[in-house]
Order: sequence, then C-alpha cells, then structure tokens
Amino acid sequence: MTREQRLRRIVKPAVFAVCLGPLIWAAWLAASGGLGANPIEATIRHFGDWGLRFLLIALAVTPLREITGFSVLARFRRMIGLFAFFYVFLHFAAYVGLDQFFDWAAIWADIAKRTYITIGMAAFALLLPLAVTSTKGWIKRLGGKRWQALHRAVYAASVLGVIHYFLMIKAGYREATVYAFILAALLGWRLFDRWRKRAAKRAGSPLPA
Amino acid sequence: MLIRFARASDVKSSEITPKAVFEERRRFLRTAAVAGAGLAAGHFLPAPAEAALQGVTKGKFSTDEEPTSVMSVTSYNNFYEFGGDKTDPQRNSKNFKPKPWSVAVGGHCEKPGTYAYEDVIKGITLEERIYRLRCVEAWSMVIPWVGVPLADVLNRYGPTSQAKYVAFETVVRPEEMPGQRTRLLPWPYVEGLRMDEAMHPLSILAVGLYGEELLPQNGAPLRLMVPWKYGFKSIKSIVKITFTDTEPPTTWNQQGPVEYGFYANVNPTVDHPRWSQAKERRIGQFLRRDTLMFNGYAEEVAGLYAGMDLRKFY
Ligand code: HEM
Repeated sequence: MTREQRLRRIVKPAVFAVCLGPLIWAAWLAASGGLGANPIEATIRHFGDWGLRFLLIALAVTPLREITGFSVLARFRRMIGLFAFFYVFLHFAAYVGLDQFFDWAAIWADIAKRTYITIGMAAFALLLPLAVTSTKGWIKRLGGKRWQALHRAVYAASVLGVIHYFLMIKAGYREATVYAFILAALLGWRLFDRWRKRAAKRAGSPLPA
Repeated sequence: MLIRFARASDVKSSEITPKAVFEERRRFLRTAAVAGAGLAAGHFLPAPAEAALQGVTKGKFSTDEEPTSVMSVTSYNNFYEFGGDKTDPQRNSKNFKPKPWSVAVGGHCEKPGTYAYEDVIKGITLEERIYRLRCVEAWSMVIPWVGVPLADVLNRYGPTSQAKYVAFETVVRPEEMPGQRTRLLPWPYVEGLRMDEAMHPLSILAVGLYGEELLPQNGAPLRLMVPWKYGFKSIKSIVKITFTDTEPPTTWNQQGPVEYGFYANVNPTVDHPRWSQAKERRIGQFLRRDTLMFNGYAEEVAGLYAGMDLRKFY
C-alpha cells in the first residue's frame, strides 16, 4: 500500500470512526438510561459540548500543522470541521425537536429574547454556509481566495459559541473559561503568524522554515 | 456493573408507579447491602435509604398529580454545596453527616438559642404534603414531602413584633460538601421569607420525602419548602434561623439581582432573562406544560401580594 492509500483506506476511516464517538456514546447513554432524570437537557448539553470541542479541534489543525510540520494534518481539516457542524446541528436539532418540540412561536421568541439563544443562533447561521461550501466543487466555484475569506467566518462562530456558553451558565465558569483560553490561544496564534509572515515579507527575506 | 444495569432499567419503568419503584429500590438496596455489593460503585445508585419516618399523617394541600419518580427526585438536584451539575449532589454527598444536627435560632424572638434537630420538630405531627416543585430553570417535579408547618416551628421561639422577616442559613462543611471547596457561590447559602410568607400554612420544614428521612442531596436533615416560589428559595440543610426587621440578603439575588428577586414567586408572566417562565418541563414527561401562577397555589397565596407590582417585586 502506498502512503496515500494507507491514508485513504485506514487512517481517514479510523479518524472518522473516532469522530463518531460522541454520537455513539450519546446513543448508548440514551439506551441504557444513562442520560439521567432530564434526558433532553442532557442531550442538548452533550451535543453543545461536542460541537464546541470539535470547533476548537478544527481550529487547532492549522497551528499544529505549522508547528509540527506534519502537513498531512491538513487532510483532516474538512472532516473535523464538518463534524463540528454535525454536532452543533444535533445540538440545535435537539433544542428544536426535543426541548421545544417544534413550537416555532416559542423558538422564535427564544431567539429574539434570550441573548444566549440569539448568539447561539448567530453562530449556527455562520456555520451553515461553511458546511454547504465545504466541497471541492464549491471551492472551485468560489475560487480559493473567496472561499478562504468566507471560511474565516469560523473564527466569529467560535467566539460566539464560547460567548453563548458563558451566557447560559448560572454559576461556575471554570470549564467555559478553559474553552475561552484555548480559543484565545488558537486565534492568537493566527494573529501572531500573520504578523510574523508580514514582517518577514517586509524584510524581504524568506521565512525560516 | 450488574448493579448499574439493574438501576438503569428502573429509571425507564415508567409504567409502574413511582412508589412501587421506590419500594423496589429499597428492597434492592437492602439485598445489595446484604450481599455486600459495592454501593459506591455505580453513579446511578442513590445513597442508601435513610430510615422510614413513623406517624406521618396526610396533610392538607396535597396535589393528586402523579409524583415524580424517587429516582429522579434523588438524582437530579440543584445543591451547589455538592457541585454545580445536577448529578453532583447525589454523587458527592456520601460523606455528609446529617446527624447530629442543631439549629441556631436568633434575632427578634423570645427564645433564642441552639436547638437540637429533634427538639425543633418535637411534638409536631409529621405530615405528608405532595407539592409541585418549580425550578427557575423551567423544569418541575411533584414530590411527596414529609414535614411540619414552618409556622409551628417558628412560633416555638416567640417571634416579637419586630420580626418582619425570617432569614435562613445552610450549613458550611467544606470537608463534607465538595462544592463548598470551590467558589461556585459565596458560602453559606442564605435565604429568607417575609414573616407572613413564612407563617403561611403552605410553608413547611421538610424532614423527609417518599416516607423516608431526607437524603443529603435533598437537603437533609431539615429544609424549607415553599411550593409557590422557585426552588432556590427552599433552602436546604438549615443550621440557622434569624428573625429580622429588614429584608435579609439572599444568595441568588446577590449573584444576579436582575435575574433572581427576593420574592421569586413562580410567575409565568415575568420572564427570567435566560428561561421563558411561561412553560415548564415536568421531569419524566416529554412535552412542556403551561406554568401556573404561583405554581398553582394562587388561591392560597395571591392574597399575600395584594397591591404589589409583581413585575417589580419578582
Ligand atoms: C456554534 C454554535 C453553538 C455552540 C458551539 C454551542 C455550544 C453550547 C454549549 C457548549 C453549551 C453548554 C453545554 C453544557 O452546559 O454542558 C450550550 C448550551 C445550550 N445551547 Fe448551544 N451552542 C451553539 C448553538 C446553539 C443554537 C443554535 C441553539 C438554539 C437555537 C442553542 C441552544 C442551547 C441551549 C438551549 C443550551 C442550554 C441547554 C440547557 O442547559 O438546558 N445552541 N451550547
């Protein structure tokens, strides 16, 4: 098997299976009564947590690739990003279909009135076009530059996701703070990277490897 | 592992009445204890049941709605002293010792002092009161409490005419309550009622539920239950009662004055900024139901607030 075949036939399916873990885990909890006394709340929270985690993992791919030099990591970025959207979608779907049971009037009132829902919805709305345009066809259609510009919306969506989390908390911000720091590090690295590359360009010297 | 599965299946037996599940659980726990099974193993397991309460009469005001399963009542709790997640109180309260217990009574009253738990309730008939419990987070339960009228207890200590409010305090025992080793909330947890609210016949001090002594996660050994107010008013594991002439500070009100008022009466028309209060989910049921004014106790308590703007005094 060539390296490419190994990547396509073994590594990618394995990563895919691992990414399905939170879904399988949720199904197992649901079947075994492990979701507790309020399974709807537990489901929403489970998928919300994993949506945010996958967003952060997706944002970590590029920094990790540049820092470690493992360029192969780039091949997993789309899959992880789509899983982030998948879990955020399940989170949203659990809210709409289980928590509110398609009571659109109540859902609309929630979106309009409750800041943390408004912000969560904005984050979801930002992610939606990114998921749609994640295919090769769309990259071609938009052109690399425009596609890239569009997909920078993921930064805003992640920031909104963390704010959404902070706003829904009653007390005890420790876990949310950890996410906020990780996100700040991931975005901070990008700023630093841009500044570094610009400085190098201005100096007219190629980047040190 | 076997134990966990047995417990897990109990949760889903929604066809049997909660009481039947409860009795089954007790039987199960005894068997398990005899068998020497590691009770601490599975987190689905409630702490071993406390003793059954004797001489309990049927009290007034009970609803005939179906009680929430004892499993849910003892595993889904907001009691930040044991941690911020709903399952923490059950999981983290194994070392909590509700006995011996005493309550310090003070402020504007004739008989201040420190009273043993047994003396606080001595001579007062224990009543079963099946009440609705509405949490500010828009979920609700129906719980068969066992308790005594709060008025009977307070009257023991001879509140004077200066007593306009009564303040309550929860025990502080960081060694036994892991949540208190964090700064989730400022400790101790404090709550309070206006005197006429406290003296209302609906207000009770609960010492048990489902016929047995309270478990630590439900506020053992002594907790307030004011069913027309959001759950956070019904302070748990009380060690201090003080009669005051001014409105006492209350924990959640201090945490978020805009979100949690002193009165905190269940009111579907006044929204919390993060939860619509118009509807609620009854634990164990799928569809949300309409929330009732004063949690369905309007007939009994609306008079307490005559002439008050409940949007202002939320
Ligand atoms: C990028 C988008 C989003 C992310 C990353 C996200 C993430 C999260 C996280 C991490 C939590 C806290 C979970 C916990 O406490 O363990 C949460 C809670 C919640 N989210 Fe989202 N969310 C997003 C979008 C949405 C949307 C679109 C809605 C609905 C319109 C929504 C509704 C909720 C609700 C209702 C809760 C509270 C659950 C409860 O405590 O009952 N979220 N979300």
